[in-house]
Amino acid sequence: MLKVRVIPTLLWKNVGLVKGVAFDSWRRVGTVLPAIKVYNTREVDELILLDIAASRERREPDYEQIAEVSSECFVPLTFGGGVNHVDVIRRLLLSGADKVAINSAAFDNIDLIRKASDRFGSQCIVVSIDAKPTASGHYECFSHSGTRATGHELKAWAKTVESAGAGEILITSIERDGTMTGYDTEMIRQVSESVRIPVIASGGAGHYDHMRQALQDGHANAVAAASIFHFTEQTPLEAKHYLATHGIPVRNVNTRSQTPLGSSVNA
Amino acid sequence: MTVAIIDYGMGNLGSLRRALEECGGHVITAQTPADAEPADRWVLPGVGAFSDGMAHLRERGWVEAIQQSVHEKKRPLLGICLGMQLLSDKGYEGGENQGLQLIGGDVVRLKPPTPETRIPHVGWNEVHMSVSSPLFNAIADGTDFYFVHSYHFQVKDTTSLLAETPYCDRFVSVVGQGLVYGVQFHPEKSQRPGMQLLRNFLALN
Repeated sequence: MLKVRVIPTLLWKNVGLVKGVAFDSWRRVGTVLPAIKVYNTREVDELILLDIAASRERREPDYEQIAEVSSECFVPLTFGGGVNHVDVIRRLLLSGADKVAINSAAFDNIDLIRKASDRFGSQCIVVSIDAKPTASGHYECFSHSGTRATGHELKAWAKTVESAGAGEILITSIERDGTMTGYDTEMIRQVSESVRIPVIASGGAGHYDHMRQALQDGHANAVAAASIFHFTEQTPLEAKHYLATHGIPVRNVNTRSQTPLGSSVNA
Repeated sequence: MTVAIIDYGMGNLGSLRRALEECGGHVITAQTPADAEPADRWVLPGVGAFSDGMAHLRERGWVEAIQQSVHEKKRPLLGICLGMQLLSDKGYEGGENQGLQLIGGDVVRLKPPTPETRIPHVGWNEVHMSVSSPLFNAIADGTDFYFVHSYHFQVKDTTSLLAETPYCDRFVSVVGQGLVYGVQFHPEKSQRPGMQLLRNFLALN
């Protein structure tokens, strides 16, 4: 049986700006790489690495850094942020991303999804959607890290990206993100029921039971989370133990890593 | 043990290279068949669409080189994901295209039996071995491996079926014929069992 996935999300924000100099990739790797190595050791199901400033700053991803990170990553890796052209996707896949996440660029040019899935196969094209509830009771999609209203209603947009060839949808609640108050289960359910491609729930996980809700009530196929793993003692492995006790199929609940992968080769 | 990764511009070689090194292989990333010549086994990786994959192999002179490597030089070959699918007679992703014709069969889209079955098939799922094979040494039957694909390999002759995975009923997740092997999952992303499988491939005689 296909297992549900528990996916840590690593957000990569303004690293260049913080230092005031963008040309400093060595130290930037220094922050991402240890996290990747920890997750290698823990044998997580997948990882999502999002450069949340790339679109806003209208720059391309830092391919060299991604290549360095991904060659240390023995976990399936999705990269997002600044993905706006098929050439960018090609370079990301060559740099070691297993999948790419497209968000803002899809609103400007839905044809990008079509071209990308034709060329590289749907299975590596994740469309990331950030949404918020509106006064009228619908959900509206936002682009550029949640800063721009797009006017697109969530369910309709989910169907649009699916028919354009998206292979998965990563749905994030802007309001819940980082709050650890629980996923927006209704938002997730609306997406899962609108499409027949896998759905990854994101935004708001603060407890393992939030994950169960997103999976059982929201019908997501995977749960992504950041804060819960960064700022609390909770771990992806324990999350899976919890989910297993609620009858949800997960992987590797009875094993713990003894020999970390990547430990025998010097970086 | 020297292993060549066939680099035909279809993605994701860094982690495969590292994984093979981790397993004790001396790895050559081969851009041309000449680069791969010194290796005693070849790996055909790949992420992307079948039509594109064959076009890239043809453009770079790999089609005949791979067939010769297997038939004349008797080198073991491992196809991974798209690389496994390309071992077939033909594929239907991006139009009908001839494959490498190393293992009989066609590559067709997975058919969801119920509306709840989502395509692509993404994530960890079991690999149930149909026969014993040196490729499965020290790997338990039913172990989870990492998949991400929408198409699957339908074998012509069941003797080349080595393992199956339960999704869309069940599909063929490992093929093998002589020294040619193909796995639908990504061993380089399947952590310890994936590493074991790569080690097994490197140990083939």
